[in-house]
Amino acid sequence: MAISREEVAHLARLSRLAVTEQELDQFAGQLDVILQSVARVGEVAADDIPPTSHSVPLTNVYRDDVPQPCLTQEEALSGAPDAFEGRFRVPRILDEEA
Amino acid sequence: MTDLIRMTAVELAAKIKSREVSAVEVAQAHLDRIEAVDDRVHAFLHVDREGALAAAARVDKGEVTGPLAGVPVAVKDVIATKGVPTTAASKILEGWRPPYNATIVERLQAAGTVMLGKTNMDEFAMGSSTEYSAYGPTNNPWDLGRIPGGSGGGSAASIAAYEAPLAIGTDTGGSIRQPGAVTGTVGAKPTYGGTSRYGLIAFSSSLDTPGPCARTVEDAALLHTVIAGHDPRDSTSIPQAVPDVVGAARLGATGDLSGVKLGLVKEFAGDGSEPGVSAAFRESLEALVKLGAEVIEVSCPHFQYALPAYYLIAPSECSSNLARFDGVRYGLRVGDDGNRSLEEVMSLTRDAGFGPEVKRRIILGTYALSSGYYDAYYGQAQKVRTLITRDFQKAFEQVDVLVSPTTPFVAFPFGSRTSDPYQMYLADLFTIPTNLYGGPAISVPCGLSEGLPVGFQVMAPTMADDRMYRVAAALESAVGTLTPPAL
Repeated sequence: MAISREEVAHLARLSRLAVTEQELDQFAGQLDVILQSVARVGEVAADDIPPTSHSVPLTNVYRDDVPQPCLTQEEALSGAPDAFEGRFRVPRILDEEA
Repeated sequence: MTDLIRMTAVELAAKIKSREVSAVEVAQAHLDRIEAVDDRVHAFLHVDREGALAAAARVDKGEVTGPLAGVPVAVKDVIATKGVPTTAASKILEGWRPPYNATIVERLQAAGTVMLGKTNMDEFAMGSSTEYSAYGPTNNPWDLGRIPGGSGGGSAASIAAYEAPLAIGTDTGGSIRQPGAVTGTVGAKPTYGGTSRYGLIAFSSSLDTPGPCARTVEDAALLHTVIAGHDPRDSTSIPQAVPDVVGAARLGATGDLSGVKLGLVKEFAGDGSEPGVSAAFRESLEALVKLGAEVIEVSCPHFQYALPAYYLIAPSECSSNLARFDGVRYGLRVGDDGNRSLEEVMSLTRDAGFGPEVKRRIILGTYALSSGYYDAYYGQAQKVRTLITRDFQKAFEQVDVLVSPTTPFVAFPFGSRTSDPYQMYLADLFTIPTNLYGGPAISVPCGLSEGLPVGFQVMAPTMADDRMYRVAAALESAVGTLTPPAL
């Protein structure tokens, strides 16, 4: 059941966390301990038990389809690290050749 | 003016309404107290002096009325406050000023409360000690070398230190109740869906529940009433009337619990509580029996799996929720030098912006949700959640409420549980089952162990929040409130 340093590195990549070598060493051991503890849920015989994702038995909650006030463009952009011409500005997402 | 800071919210509201004192005087007295003690307590991440005095002046001019007109309140920093810094105690949101208010903040304003500022917490509400705040921990007013509980340690400490009479917390696995217990204050987690999550920075959406912190049960009930109720902006908000928690608290304060059945969870016995915590709990139970309550032992066989299930469900939801912190729409951006790709900038931003506990949980959640492990971990934890819910439902066929210590140990010294994250998780052993079930629970002070406060927890059925307030108020009438040593 042990989680390897390589697995933690892979999970960090999936999670978009540029973790350092030092963090990897630290997290791998700690996550191993946590996983061994939480793996106890497997002791429970629950094959025929339905899962609970939520305690409130509400589904498909919609509001009436009438216009509501919302944030202005300026307000929506007010916290952006970088904005340009009314848009969020992001680093390049495609290679130049593409 | 020092008297003003020791008054309850009920007393303050009455004196302001009768114009015996002004709301500005009340706000100023609390701001002065913060100025005097918060360098030692560090309950606040941001004090909104100007905003508080302006809000108080509006109350004095009669422009704002409401059941808590002029009563100061501190708000946990995980709740969006328009134009007022909101960081969730994380570097990734440093300096962010939300362009909107959370629903509960709008309701606090409508009730006439005066917001003093934003309180410290574990980063993104993940922790039990505030040691995971990116801005340094809060110190427990009972002993400045010990933790104030978490994640809402700042909210609990602010009221224990008389910096505010009321505070708002959020409870995902015990983050209102455990800080209440270790600071000698009252903390209530309403029924999930009873208080709106709109504008609450999401950690674990199926568990997060905002609720009141106060020095008395009646004050907590008043604050509960103000913030609770259906909100169309939260799709998990329950469209039902709020239980009469204030009436229940007043009924309980008469000290009569005749006919009330208290359930003692068999599986919680011998579960690692400190001897002093067990002793204070037992004495309180006897006090409740003297008020007419009956104690019945009940079995909840799956509660022992609550902690493992929680530490799969909450990290899974957090790994998804915290994906929004990507350095694009708000908050920190790191490494954007014109050469790096979006993905590289996101990864550098998130590694620089998140603290160690948040990263651990994101990685753990990503693991539990990944293909090949999903059924064994997240899927199985959701099934265990069903079984825990059934345990509660079965128990509530026999008893009105369940009771337990709030947390197994009193406030511990800083640094004693950070090296082994699982030791920290054990602080929530008794509080977590309720979160998985979705019902309400309250922590009320019930005495001291080694000079430090112990909390008594009352858990009630879903949407029967009034029951727990009645029992908590009855206990308060029997054992009294706690006063910390002078700061």
